[in-house]
Amino acid sequence: MSRSIHSESFPTRDRSRGERPSASPLTRRLFVQASALAGGGLALGGRLLEPGSGAASGAVSADAGEAVLSAFVRLDPSGRVTITAQNPEIGQGVKTMLPMLIAEELDADWDRVRVEQAGLDTASFKGQFAGGSMATPMHYEPMRRVGAVGRAMLVAAAARRWGVDAAECTTEAGVVRHAASSRSATYGELASEAAALPAPDPAGLALKDPKDFRILGTAVPGVDNHAIVTGEPLFGIDVEVPGMRRAVFQRCPVFGGTVKSVDLDAVKAAPGVLDAFVVDQNPEVGLPSGVAVVADTWWAAHQARRSMQVEWDLGPTAEQGSERFAEQARSLAAAEPQETLKADGDVGAALAASGSVLRSEYHYPFLAHVPLEPQNCTVHVRTGAAGGKEVEIWAPSQTPERGQGEVAKLLGIEPAAVRIHLTRMGGGFGRRLNNDYMVEAAAIAARVDFPVQLLWSREDDVQRSFYRPAGYHFLEGAIDGKGGIAAWRDHFVTFGDKDGYARSANMRPNEFPQGLLANYQLDVSKMPLGVPTGPLRAPGSNAIAFVVQSFLDELAHAAGRDPLQFRLDLLDGKMAGVSGDEAKPAFDARRMRDVLTLVGEKSGWGRRQLPRGTGMGIAFHFSHFGYFAEVVQATVSQRGDLAVDKVWVAGDVGSQIVNPSNAVNQVQGAVLDGLGEALAQEITIEGGAVEQSNFHDFRLLRMGQAPPIEVHFLRSDNAPTGLGEPALPPLPPALCNAIFAATGKRVRTLPLSGVDLSWA
Amino acid sequence: MKIDFVLNGTPTSVDVPPEMPLLWVLRDVQGLKGTKFGCGANQCGACTVHVDGSAERTCRLPVERVAGKQVTTIEGLSPDGSHPVQRAWREIDVPQCGYCQAGQIMSATALLAEVPEPSDEQIDRAMSRNLCRCATYLRIREAIHRGAALSRGEPSEAPPSAGGAADAGEEMPR
Repeated sequence: MSRSIHSESFPTRDRSRGERPSASPLTRRLFVQASALAGGGLALGGRLLEPGSGAASGAVSADAGEAVLSAFVRLDPSGRVTITAQNPEIGQGVKTMLPMLIAEELDADWDRVRVEQAGLDTASFKGQFAGGSMATPMHYEPMRRVGAVGRAMLVAAAARRWGVDAAECTTEAGVVRHAASSRSATYGELASEAAALPAPDPAGLALKDPKDFRILGTAVPGVDNHAIVTGEPLFGIDVEVPGMRRAVFQRCPVFGGTVKSVDLDAVKAAPGVLDAFVVDQNPEVGLPSGVAVVADTWWAAHQARRSMQVEWDLGPTAEQGSERFAEQARSLAAAEPQETLKADGDVGAALAASGSVLRSEYHYPFLAHVPLEPQNCTVHVRTGAAGGKEVEIWAPSQTPERGQGEVAKLLGIEPAAVRIHLTRMGGGFGRRLNNDYMVEAAAIAARVDFPVQLLWSREDDVQRSFYRPAGYHFLEGAIDGKGGIAAWRDHFVTFGDKDGYARSANMRPNEFPQGLLANYQLDVSKMPLGVPTGPLRAPGSNAIAFVVQSFLDELAHAAGRDPLQFRLDLLDGKMAGVSGDEAKPAFDARRMRDVLTLVGEKSGWGRRQLPRGTGMGIAFHFSHFGYFAEVVQATVSQRGDLAVDKVWVAGDVGSQIVNPSNAVNQVQGAVLDGLGEALAQEITIEGGAVEQSNFHDFRLLRMGQAPPIEVHFLRSDNAPTGLGEPALPPLPPALCNAIFAATGKRVRTLPLSGVDLSWA
Repeated sequence: MKIDFVLNGTPTSVDVPPEMPLLWVLRDVQGLKGTKFGCGANQCGACTVHVDGSAERTCRLPVERVAGKQVTTIEGLSPDGSHPVQRAWREIDVPQCGYCQAGQIMSATALLAEVPEPSDEQIDRAMSRNLCRCATYLRIREAIHRGAALSRGEPSEAPPSAGGAADAGEEMPR
């Protein structure tokens, strides 16, 4: 499948769904500049430029046009290769993966490669973000070409030194060889000579045949593993700046509420407290109203905060709550939909013609991201030589450039006056696409004359997230005479107003199974929401797959069909491109059939004799360019205790698994993340505030609940794509379908902790 | 108030409020950042250290309770990251974000000191107090078995144990 679609610039609201087509080398142009390093050695800088710029129109200059990504490589005379990691690391493995791409085509010795984390540097880099499983599709080919330029220059330098034809030279793990004359030279020895040569056009270089890869496709451990297992300071929370003090920030429990009054003198009198003040809200940059407490230690600030008495203006969101949302959803579903997003064929007629219409209501809750490292940010606001403010920030952020803009706006300064160091992040999951904690820290630091580290408590994090929105789906379906689907209608009740959807609360008009059915209708109605929402790992998909794949299962059983064969038949004969929406990647039904078939084989689907109370369920989902099908085997005791026995995963993310070790880790993590969400996670709203507060009532999966997970990758002739997200969405419906097979109970509401699974 | 204890083998004296949790003494006073803050409620285990050899969570542990005791943090587990469990963690490539792993390793090493060859069930029970938000649990379990094997002196090249391990499948060469 070859497609060439331009990507949008990050970040936009829609981008948060992450389903952006890959950066096609056909529509972009890569430039690589080489230079000599001071003290000897070779430096390579690669930039990928957007088309339509001066570069694409023929003015060949690396300075022309807008760079969408960059790579920096240094080869020093000792042979050490230093690769700058431009993207922030949240645990997705990008800090290891991107350098592997360069090192492969450079033919470097991976043991001599060192990876350095870049700070936010908008002049040198573009696209310094982590999200949407985008790193692989954006970088797979350009990063390799940067490495190939370096290799070509080193070979050229060796050929010149030896007076031989470059074509006779080979490379291997940091060494150039000329077999005919039995000569060899290390990259380090050749680096300075190579730097004096012109850099070749990367587009003209042949890349390796994947069968010759020595680094890609091998299990490469994370480059920070040693630092992690020895407890070195790596994370935002570990930042220590001379003279730094600690801050906490008390916001109104009700979203949008503001400080009415607070006894600051009492707070300032608490032990260890240096300062306390009210911070006014600034909705334009996402800053809530609150009270800041600054102290010598975090614990002192936290203690003072706990005894603080604040009176709040609660605002209109205090009227909102989860029970009320459910009531509103029912009454909206009973009325005509506010909008019809898609109407293929005539669903009404097909349903009316059917002898039996299946009607089901599905609901999934709000969810929080709860990355294990609580939100934090360290900020130093200084007065510069010219009298203006200069800001230095150490931040765990998935979107530092966006944060830079917000801080600049808050303080009324230019973005260039805000310098951001990127730290490793103790998880992201989409939470750190928002920089509210960075803005809060800047607002506090601007009021004091020393550096400040703001650190949230876990309660702050659970109660102040950008939640995966809850949703309500009212479905109708009917089976035709041949055991297929005659009609499918979904009335999706979600959050928003006349101006649009709450963030991540929309559904694509071309969401599966649209395009595969003669009669398909997607209706939507919205209700207002004062609770902030946003993308959570596999946004949209993490909820919609549960609804679609569960209802599909209901229809399969209604038709008396095997759930796997029912799905294969639905996808049969559809060659490609179900989606007609050019801004979104096409769904290739053949690829999904292939992973479904594979997971069926691997799991022994239909071939196992299972006792009562044990069942297998299947589900698939396409997101972030990835095709995933999963089978869950679950056992439910008669009193309703659920155990997940095993999970089988088949995925197609293209022709090459870049780092098999991390790939399996990501898939297993995503599957268990989906399992944890399905089992017990739920955020409920009461009086405009979140009812949960910590891990005792927002429960994460624990080790004893983690089943064995078999991961199978199907290699297809498609460009490699990302793995951070697409393995998650099929798990909740595969589990619920397994529960149905085990017990005959259909789960239509998550989480499972609220569902009685007992059977007789 | 002055409180004395032994921190990573070094006699240490701190002058802090006696009820201040050990976690904040380690992080904010001693500058040892390896022990992590995750929940402040004894729920996640990111703050796990050894107190007289047993795994203890520190986010609510008043520092006065460790007076006169031996406290070992991730920084003191080995001088160079060569503890068999640390080696196993690297070999199995356990971490994703890595934030919980110091706490996981401290719980795992305390378990192996007591039970040198634990079963999956013993591991699950001992590790149930440690959360991993990235859910690297299958690899943690595998790495604990591996760490046990390395502690017995088995060579590093041995294949990983089977418990919950990834089956990469024949489609995917490793």
